[in-house]
Amino acid sequence: MALVEAVGVRKSFGHTEVLRGIDLEVGRGEVVCLLGPSGAGKSTFLRCVNHLETIDAGRIWVDGVPVGFRASGGKLFELREHEVAFQRRDVGMVFQRFNLFPHRTALENVMEGPVQVLRRDRAEVRAESLALLERVGLAEKASAHPAQLSGGQQQRVAIARALAMKPKLMLFDEPTSALDPELVGEVLDVMTSLARDGMTMIVVTHEIGFARSVADRVVFLVDGAVVETGTPADVLDNPQQPRTQQFLAKVL
Amino acid sequence: MASDLRDDLRDDLVVVPLRHPWRWFSGAVILLIIAGLGWAMAEAQIQWEDVPGFFTHPVMLEGLLNTIVLTVCAQGGAIVLGVVVALMRLSANPVARWFAVGYIWLFRGLPVLLQILIWFNLALVFKNISIPMLFTVPTNVVMTAFVAALLGLGLNESAYMAEIVRAGLTSVDPGQTEAAKSIGMTPLTTLRRVVLPQAMRVIIPPTGNNFINMIKGTSMASVIAFLELIHAANNISSRNLEIMETLFAAAAWYLVMVSLASIGQHYLERAYGPR
Repeated sequence: MALVEAVGVRKSFGHTEVLRGIDLEVGRGEVVCLLGPSGAGKSTFLRCVNHLETIDAGRIWVDGVPVGFRASGGKLFELREHEVAFQRRDVGMVFQRFNLFPHRTALENVMEGPVQVLRRDRAEVRAESLALLERVGLAEKASAHPAQLSGGQQQRVAIARALAMKPKLMLFDEPTSALDPELVGEVLDVMTSLARDGMTMIVVTHEIGFARSVADRVVFLVDGAVVETGTPADVLDNPQQPRTQQFLAKVL
Repeated sequence: MASDLRDDLRDDLVVVPLRHPWRWFSGAVILLIIAGLGWAMAEAQIQWEDVPGFFTHPVMLEGLLNTIVLTVCAQGGAIVLGVVVALMRLSANPVARWFAVGYIWLFRGLPVLLQILIWFNLALVFKNISIPMLFTVPTNVVMTAFVAALLGLGLNESAYMAEIVRAGLTSVDPGQTEAAKSIGMTPLTTLRRVVLPQAMRVIIPPTGNNFINMIKGTSMASVIAFLELIHAANNISSRNLEIMETLFAAAAWYLVMVSLASIGQHYLERAYGPR
């Protein structure tokens, strides 16, 4: 069974329908990139996957569990916020604006989840977190506060913070859009190595090059609906839909 | 003309800093005023030599202690209540939200003095305070001057604290809450570990201000004969009629307390300031 299964997902903000029935499956170990013009609903959909946004219709299942609900007796019961928090433990998320905790050091940011949420032993978590910082190339920045780090470094700490929860799934919401061009590469390198290690990833991005080289599948969204989906080679090099062709002609 | 200037600049010129004659003048005027006041005070019919005695008079010290206890209890209770009301005010629960709005409207809307008087005179309308089947106590036993002052000052202050805390909580970037959620934090842990520590920067300066206000606000409890500093001063002067001397002694204590509170506020702000 697919790790993520979305069926007929709809979402409106006021009178504006931003998701008009999205169907998407993401298999274990698969890397899916969501592409499309701004306002297409890519980020909104991603936020629905870990219930940062509630959906108006449809279902999202992560690892067989309905996100934000409990299935019982043929009905879906809406969960309380602390129960949703329990579901989110298995899903990591990386934000466009990093959202590191500014009052804590890089190491404390990474340790926060395992210690405060999973209630694990501090010393053990500390060793693991240092290893994670090492993995994203920031071992020497462990005691730095976010304000002392560059955008690229902050985003790599944010990735380490998400990984510290040992998630089954990682969501990336335009992780390089707020970075100086010269810092984009270091973040994409970390994401690429993560993909190579078999992490299941859904990535909202404008980095066509990253999608081409790392994604198993590319999903092209316009106006809250999937227009085209397939391997990077199919969608990026041989797009069938006029809207996809038009978009790629502008960004490539 | 231009060549003259260049010639001038080649020489070693004396730099004349901007003069500030008005600073000297205004400084002199203020010194004069202070000297005049000092002279008036010295000429005034005040037994200055009695003031230190009143400053350390046992009744004055009891009043000081009561002022401190009332200030700390009222402000402490107000901070706790204020956080709770602020959270209700920001809650998704409409009942909690409207309760908080009404609470702030009521306790911020009435003069503190009036609230103190109402609490103190509660026994006139309710003989007993009771929760059915749990307990019943006579109102005039419970509603001492201290309790009435604590309720009057504390509840009024809690309404102000609720607004201060709300401003602090909403000043924190919503992205922080989202990040906390994304690592599986519950709402309570998010508040304790992520939002409140960052809200402190906004909450602490006005809270320090309000604390200083509270020190002086406790003087209103003198109208219900609670033995705080002003009531202590009045008690002493009712025996010896040295009204100004005792009031000056009380004034000195207020300035000491406010100065200490200001120093404390300075260090608190530094501890929670921007990194």
